[in-house]
Amino acid sequence: MGEFKVHRVRFFDYMPSAIRTMAFNSQTERLAVARADGAVEIFNFNDNFFQEKVIPGQDGRATEALCWVGHRLFSAGLNGEITEYDLENLRPQYTVDAYGGPIWTISSNSQGTQLAVGCEDGTVKIFAILEERIQFQRNLNRHKGRIISLCWHPSSAQIAAGMTDMIKIFDAETGHATRRLLVDRAMGASKNKEVVVWSVGYLSDHTIISGDSAGKVQIWNGLTGTLVRTYLVTKWDVLVLSVSKDESSVIAGTSEGTVIQFQFISSTVDQHDKEWVRTRTFRNHSHDVSALAHTDTAVVSGGMDTQLVVRPLLDKVEKNTQESALRKIAFPHRSLVGCAKKAGLLLFQFPDRLELWKLGESEGHVCLMYPYFVCRFLQGEDHICCSALSACGGWLAYSTVSSVRLYRIQYNNTISINKVGTLARACSRQPVHLLCASDDGKWLATANTDCEIHIYNLHKMKLHCMVPVYNSCPTTIAIHPVTNNLISVHADQQIFEFSLVQKEYTQWSRRLQAQGLLSLWLERDTPITHITFNPKNPDHIILHDTYMFCIIDQSLPFPELNAVLWNQMTLKSLPVSQRIGQSHAFKICKSFQHLMCVSLLEDLSLVVVERPLLDIMSQLPAPVRQKKFAT
Amino acid sequence: MAALYEGYTLCGLVPDQNLSSSGIQGIEEERDRDHVVVTDSTRSVTLYKVSDQKPLGSWTVKQGQKLTCPAVFNSQTNEYVAVTDNKVIRIWKEDDILLDKAFKATVSSDVWKVHCTHGGEPVVLFQRGAVRLLDSLLAAPQQPIEEVLAQEEAIRWSTIIVAETQQFIIITTEQKGEHFLYLQRLNPNSVQRYRLEREEPGLSPLSFSATYRDKHICLLYLYPNGHVYQSVLSVRGLGTEEGVQALPLPRSLLLGLPVGDGQLEAASAMALDEAHVAVVGVPHPSAGGGKDFLCIWNTNFQTLQAGKEMAGKIYGQLWSYSNKVFIPHGKTLSIIPFECPKSSLASALGKLKHTKTEESKTPNSVPSWNNILHGEKAQPSKSAETRRTRTTRKSQSTTNLTTDQVLELIKTAPVEEIQKEVEGFLTRAEFQDLQPSVGQLALTLVSRSLADPAFYSSSTLAQLVHTRCLCHSVCPDLVLLALEKKDYFLCQLCLQFFPDIPEAVTCACLKAFISIPDVDAEKVSLEPDSVKFMENLITRDRAEAGLQNGFSPTSSVVNDRQTRAEDVKKKASAPSQLSCPVGLHKAVLINEILQTPYSDTFLLPHLKDLSSQHVMLFLQYLQFLYLKYSQDAFPQMEGFRSPSLSQIMDWVCLLLDAHFTVLVMTPEAKGLLLNLHRFVKSQVRLVSELGKIEGSLQELRKMKAKESIGQYSIEIIELF
Repeated sequence: MGEFKVHRVRFFDYMPSAIRTMAFNSQTERLAVARADGAVEIFNFNDNFFQEKVIPGQDGRATEALCWVGHRLFSAGLNGEITEYDLENLRPQYTVDAYGGPIWTISSNSQGTQLAVGCEDGTVKIFAILEERIQFQRNLNRHKGRIISLCWHPSSAQIAAGMTDMIKIFDAETGHATRRLLVDRAMGASKNKEVVVWSVGYLSDHTIISGDSAGKVQIWNGLTGTLVRTYLVTKWDVLVLSVSKDESSVIAGTSEGTVIQFQFISSTVDQHDKEWVRTRTFRNHSHDVSALAHTDTAVVSGGMDTQLVVRPLLDKVEKNTQESALRKIAFPHRSLVGCAKKAGLLLFQFPDRLELWKLGESEGHVCLMYPYFVCRFLQGEDHICCSALSACGGWLAYSTVSSVRLYRIQYNNTISINKVGTLARACSRQPVHLLCASDDGKWLATANTDCEIHIYNLHKMKLHCMVPVYNSCPTTIAIHPVTNNLISVHADQQIFEFSLVQKEYTQWSRRLQAQGLLSLWLERDTPITHITFNPKNPDHIILHDTYMFCIIDQSLPFPELNAVLWNQMTLKSLPVSQRIGQSHAFKICKSFQHLMCVSLLEDLSLVVVERPLLDIMSQLPAPVRQKKFAT
Repeated sequence: MAALYEGYTLCGLVPDQNLSSSGIQGIEEERDRDHVVVTDSTRSVTLYKVSDQKPLGSWTVKQGQKLTCPAVFNSQTNEYVAVTDNKVIRIWKEDDILLDKAFKATVSSDVWKVHCTHGGEPVVLFQRGAVRLLDSLLAAPQQPIEEVLAQEEAIRWSTIIVAETQQFIIITTEQKGEHFLYLQRLNPNSVQRYRLEREEPGLSPLSFSATYRDKHICLLYLYPNGHVYQSVLSVRGLGTEEGVQALPLPRSLLLGLPVGDGQLEAASAMALDEAHVAVVGVPHPSAGGGKDFLCIWNTNFQTLQAGKEMAGKIYGQLWSYSNKVFIPHGKTLSIIPFECPKSSLASALGKLKHTKTEESKTPNSVPSWNNILHGEKAQPSKSAETRRTRTTRKSQSTTNLTTDQVLELIKTAPVEEIQKEVEGFLTRAEFQDLQPSVGQLALTLVSRSLADPAFYSSSTLAQLVHTRCLCHSVCPDLVLLALEKKDYFLCQLCLQFFPDIPEAVTCACLKAFISIPDVDAEKVSLEPDSVKFMENLITRDRAEAGLQNGFSPTSSVVNDRQTRAEDVKKKASAPSQLSCPVGLHKAVLINEILQTPYSDTFLLPHLKDLSSQHVMLFLQYLQFLYLKYSQDAFPQMEGFRSPSLSQIMDWVCLLLDAHFTVLVMTPEAKGLLLNLHRFVKSQVRLVSELGKIEGSLQELRKMKAKESIGQYSIEIIELF
């Protein structure tokens, strides 16, 4: 295939935001994750953990708690407002001020009729969930000190509230506190430091489980108000608890970065009286674990170190399958980098700004000109949803939840930027998450989270056709500049090629489906986020995920099912004459890791944008517990 | 660190009346490393197999004739070459029985020596300095021999060296108090003459040794004032001008050995490798004035690496073949295996952690299951003791009794007779079948001693234990019997040689040893090596002064005073640490306990039986040992059996485990416990510091492995 000159770019200092909280909806298998910058991401656990929706954040919106009520998603934050999200248009639908100061926690009852929020001023406020909005109902009896955590009893008759130094149980009907559980402070020097109950769980047998800032997980009897068991699990805080749906298992996240599982089992074999026993410890984070979800088969955790970790419980899944593999989601499942192929420009998208860079030039290995920073576009309060740069580098567009902006950039000796205009955001019923136009400007393809791909004819300005719906969400689509075929790659790693002219899958695509993809390809755990084409050789399709990029040569045969997928080393060792026989369509290169973008410029040099996880780690604040030698 | 191992005797010697010479002219390597030809100073040549300590052949010249040069072995033709009466060259093969019938040729001039390297042709060196290859000489035996040396010049020493296929004869001569060196190359012949620098007037070199390494010949020579010099001769630039005038030979002082009083008389130094020199006939720096020592010195660090006292007179002769030193002393020719691992500063200072080579030193003859199952024959290596008894006492045993007869005898006969017969039996018996009979003998002896309180034969039992064919399971009552009879020497031997003493017995021994009054203990005679070790440990001053470097501290009074003063200061600064809580012999016995193998789960219950006084005393002694070991670079006393630091620590832990509550309650133990606590703290700190260092070093390595990629780079990749 030959040599490529590679621009290895590492100056995109993208910094994901810390995960603040999460909520799992077991009906729809969707996980909502709120980040510290106010963004909310929806992951589809049925479809390879694909990040199907992102609601961009906003300055000043600090989401503290998330809550699913059926298909509706509510959040509350330290700005004192309750927000419901419009999951179709990917923006907040409305906000309601609770008038109780910063809100620390939000919880809905099991029927989905009432929403309780815990406020800074010590009140628990009950809101009724109506069809299109929520309405304040009443306050429970007010107490001194903020309400940090809340949990409804499954019968909706009681609410447990965690505050400083105590847990209170309220009668949801009368609003009176029925029990007061005093939580011990930490031993030793911090004896006079008040203890904060960061999280409570209320089980149907009236067992209350609490996690607090003294590092304890405590099991209480909610009927008698007595302490049953105390587990001291860390020297620092237990920040979050999550109870499994069947109430047989509880997980606790700590400031040390560990997740500790407790199970309700009989401590000795063939004994019927069960008790809560500390069973497993997971250590997948370097920093605070501030968000947890206990799904049926996995522990999902996130925190300060910005990564979402899905850790399957090995007693719940089949071993040694793809399902039992640990998954870490570190990067968004969409491209944040735009590339102007003709001009050699890179556009980096940050939540609050865009940066435009000019690539360097070189003679072989020798760098003649270093890349330089061209300009920066600062966005205001609303964060950027998406951005694009034209191939010539002269046009730049980006959008926020409220507007779309288009800029004309002129590169004379001095750069001048003209704001062309602000277009009204065209609202469609389905949230389109992918959009691409053909190079000749005739075709436009859109993909939405219902897995539909629509093709529009831009000359006639009408719908041309719809690609047959596949059951996995497309992660990226592209239209071939020469053949006008649509390439789509899906969350389950399948690749399709659809001819726009014939309105059917191409021969190549049919052959690929008939033969099937290798399991090594299917088992990759990051989605393909970008496709480009080779302007000189129409057979070449270049695509990449986080850990590799691949050039698919459509003229070569597919690998046999028992063949080696990563065969570059083998080919390298073979003499040229024998390479033909051994090579197959997938040319995979893993030399570059943590890829944000791979693109092929007009002069056939590759641009590789890397963002090493270590660099991200090094920008995080120091963890409370540092791993020392031999500890 | 270099080490000298347990030696063994190759043969007895017949020194002349006034003990001025050993009676050995030379030892030459024969066909392989295991065979040597020993030529005595009068008439006979003997071939020995070294590992068997056995003569394979012997040849003697007629009465009236005299061998005038050591016989050499020509490995090309498998013939021996020797010279009798200066002029008659004799050549014979191993099958020839009578020398007189072998080939001989008379040459026209007096021969000094015949030299032969392994695989090379013999070279004849004449007394007047001429050199001939043996073949060319024998072609015309009466050919005229030229005189190379001047009128009053006489050869003192000569050797042959092979340097890259080229043979060199090195000759040192003396002429009117001046010393010269001739470097003679063979084929093509050329000679270069050097003049040795003068040492103090009247001193001429005592010994020479030449080695070839790194394309240079290194000549090592020892003067009576203890100075060892090294001169390096280049092999390359030789032969351009014929050596008429003598070039001065540059030299460098390698070592200044301590000479004690007066000067060295019969001494010899020999290079073992580039860093080690074996020296014989020079006093041990820490053992007073006696000169009968064999020492290995490290020349790089000027440290004494190993030393061994040789019984009897030293003749200043020394040979070395294949990691063995051949040394005639007294009336024996001994072979001492040695080891000179690559020297480092750490090992020179004794700080290198090295595994104890106990196993190789004392071949254990108790059969192991491996040997029995896999049919490996036990190596017939007998201890020096049996060998000695065999050679010296051979005449005593008159009747040859069988095992059964001896057994019968033991049941009835008096102690003296039993002793004599057992001795005789041991010298006669072959090693392989010694094993069962020794067990039977010991068993019968012990049972008789148990039955008859009046009967006890300590020396016989000691002899049996010394064969190393006994073990505790063969004769389970032996140790307890020895304890009962207060035969502590036998106890020591048993602890040392028995691999399988049960923990209960070890503990009983310990209890007995601790409770001996010191006065009684001093009367017991114990194994000299272990006593010496403890002596050294307790009185460290001498050892310290001696080990400072290679230069004699006694040679200058000022120097001596300084070290004394330093020692006094040291003592003043740490007065509490230097007194041993138990007597010398008691300490020796306890050391033996420390070195016995044990398993702590079995030992612990027995240890609990010790009284708190005993525990205190034992702990104090262990603390003393620990302090002694850790105070400063404590050399693991060359070759001595001594408890290791970890053994000491293990025992401390065991004792504390067993008696902790008692000790905590005992007011006297408070200081001790505090001290021990301090040790532990210091150890923990050390380990944690080491851990930190290890961690950071690992980090460093990781950092190196990662190639640094900047923010931007342009690379070329190739896809296939």
